[in-house]
Amino acid sequence: MKIPIVRLLAAAALFAPLAAFGQKNGCVDCHSQLEDELKAPVAAFVADVHREYGLSCEDCHGGNPATDDIGLAKDKSYKGAPARGRIPVFCGGCHADAAAMRTFNPALRTDQLSQYETSRHGLLLKAGDTKVAVCTDCHAVHGILSAKMPKSTIFPWNVPQTCGRCHSDRELMAGYRIPADQVEEYMGSVHAKGLFEKKDLSAPVCNDCHGNHGAYPPSVTSVAAVCRQCHPSAGELFGQSPHKKAFDELGMGECETCHGNHRIEPPSTSMIGTDAGAVCVQCHDPGSRGFETAAEIRRTLEGFSAAYDEVEGLLALARRKGVEVSDAEFGLLDVHTRLVSAENLTHGLDAGAISKAVAEGEEALGSVRTAARGAVDEASFRRRGLAVTTAILALFGAALALKVRRMGRLRRGAGSPGTPGPTVP
Amino acid sequence: MAKSLARDVWRFLDTRFLISDLAGFARKKMVPEHKRSFWYFFGGICLFLTGIQVATGGLLLLYYTPHVDAAHESIQFIMGGVKFGWLIRSVHSWTANILIGMMFVHMFSTFFLKAYRKPRELTWVTGFLLLVLFMAFGFSGYLLPWNELSYFATRVGTDIAGSLPLIGPWLKTVILGGPEVSQATLTRFFWFHVALLPAVALSLVAVHVLLVQTLGMSKPIGERGKREIPFFPDFIYKDALGWTVILVLVGVLCVFLPWEVGAKADPLASTPLGIKPEWYFTFMFSTLKIVPAHIVSIEGEKLAILGFLAGGLLWMLVPFLDRRARREEKSPLWTWIGLAFAAYIVVMTVLTYTVPNL
Repeated sequence: MKIPIVRLLAAAALFAPLAAFGQKNGCVDCHSQLEDELKAPVAAFVADVHREYGLSCEDCHGGNPATDDIGLAKDKSYKGAPARGRIPVFCGGCHADAAAMRTFNPALRTDQLSQYETSRHGLLLKAGDTKVAVCTDCHAVHGILSAKMPKSTIFPWNVPQTCGRCHSDRELMAGYRIPADQVEEYMGSVHAKGLFEKKDLSAPVCNDCHGNHGAYPPSVTSVAAVCRQCHPSAGELFGQSPHKKAFDELGMGECETCHGNHRIEPPSTSMIGTDAGAVCVQCHDPGSRGFETAAEIRRTLEGFSAAYDEVEGLLALARRKGVEVSDAEFGLLDVHTRLVSAENLTHGLDAGAISKAVAEGEEALGSVRTAARGAVDEASFRRRGLAVTTAILALFGAALALKVRRMGRLRRGAGSPGTPGPTVP
Repeated sequence: MAKSLARDVWRFLDTRFLISDLAGFARKKMVPEHKRSFWYFFGGICLFLTGIQVATGGLLLLYYTPHVDAAHESIQFIMGGVKFGWLIRSVHSWTANILIGMMFVHMFSTFFLKAYRKPRELTWVTGFLLLVLFMAFGFSGYLLPWNELSYFATRVGTDIAGSLPLIGPWLKTVILGGPEVSQATLTRFFWFHVALLPAVALSLVAVHVLLVQTLGMSKPIGERGKREIPFFPDFIYKDALGWTVILVLVGVLCVFLPWEVGAKADPLASTPLGIKPEWYFTFMFSTLKIVPAHIVSIEGEKLAILGFLAGGLLWMLVPFLDRRARREEKSPLWTWIGLAFAAYIVVMTVLTYTVPNL
């Protein structure tokens, strides 16, 4: 009876850790006694994800770990360390083999090698440039962690640092004539704030826009498609706006023209308008229709935004003064959503639609404003009430104190210690 | 006509409730006055605060809903939607804390004045039991708003109860109504807080006050002065002065620091860092945190809990153990023991809030 090879592999994977327990491993025994770079693989491999699946040195490097003899250990199957240019193919030996990967981690994709070969890194490597990133540059060598582990080099909040190891190296990047400030720029972006300050793991890092294994710089035409992955509504509105045709005709990119690329600032109403900080004046001259529309949109949004800030301030003041304002704060959340929606409508450049959204938002803000003012008034009422009550109680206390003093004087004047009561030992 | 009607009503009530006799007793009853009679007023303050607790607790019952899906929301409604609800709840919470603080002061002042000596042994025992009961009030009431802090503090507190030797796991299940803090826990904490504990505590308060009234107030050992003041009105007026001061303090606290509602409890969330029980439990809580894992092959935490139980029992039985005080002689040993107890409680409580990660 033939046993399918896959089942054999699965059984081997399942029982490998058991079999390894107490089993001799000549590679580990020797390398753990060596120093520096010859010892490092043994130390790093302890936490390696491959070890968790029961794999060991010989599964990648070949050889016979059952012997102490270095000559016998490096038998015919011994592959040693691959040359740098061969690393993608070396790793792809398993990672591009769907049948093999299914026995370890069926959920893992097996197109990394083919994607890598289409990437800028892969194309340059194929052309003979061995300075470009290969698997081990991003994933580490012997201490490879699962991507889900926060300490992994490819966990979202480590990705900018991982890519930056090469892309922030000005000397290295100069050879490719590309800037080396992308990571620095990214760290000042709204996306980095989301990731590092709010700990929002869905905030994009390098690979979310550029791809990972198939990393390639997005061209002017594809940037908008990249942004639309997360901002479909803004993209749709832009597609219907007069800007779409104009940008296409001028060969301009879409989103990055106003928002930039790596250093994407938190969007605000100050980006729209006709003053120096607004992006509209990059293209629209004073007196033009676009210039006037920009000014009108700014006025509309700024009024709403200022009103929102005022109510938010009132609620914060009331809360600081100890008034329960959870309901009003909940209402303000709804208004905030309306404000963001109205701001988002700027991508469509429909001043009428923006005015309508702002009017609806301001109506919703009205009831929250009433509640916020009521809460601030309530705080003042409480303080006034306390002052009056304290004054009354102080008068009452003073009267009591005088009465007690007078009674004491009268008692002492009478010279009587009082009538004896119950026995007091 | 009106005067005659009032006289008839008074006579009707007096015949049935013996008001004249009680007033006569109050007028005749004398209270010793000396250098340390200031400490007598703490008992009256505790009684006054207990009254406030009953009154405000009753009012909170009008709106509070003891259900995990509605408890937090009902507290939010009390604080924001009910006229003066914020005041009622803040007064309830602040006076609960001040009451326990005052009970500690009252207990230690009674201890150092040796007022527990014969024939007031039972006054001391009932007083001590009242302190334990009011701490139980605090523990059960803390969970009722079903907020994040109270939820996790209850979890920590019941874990401690669960580590008691022999009965721990059983006791924890009884307290929680299951393996976790859940609806069953909220239901029984509510029942403890508004039914069982008030019934027992108010009965004990009645016994305690009756003993104080019938036995009178104790003079410290060696106090030779014979000055006395009438209980009514002199002592009551002085008591009322203390109550007035407390009322002003509570008012200021409620207006400037109204009791917080907090975030709603999320049983699936991880325990927030630095979670602590109410301040009056922290001396025990911190002890359990710093006690070594094992002391002479016995689990340190279990030993500490047994130590607290033994210490509490010793404290309750002091009137029967302090033989010198019973003979009206000074008992410095017990004074030192009391000082050690007080210093331990104060130091551990202060350390809890000043040492990081304790």
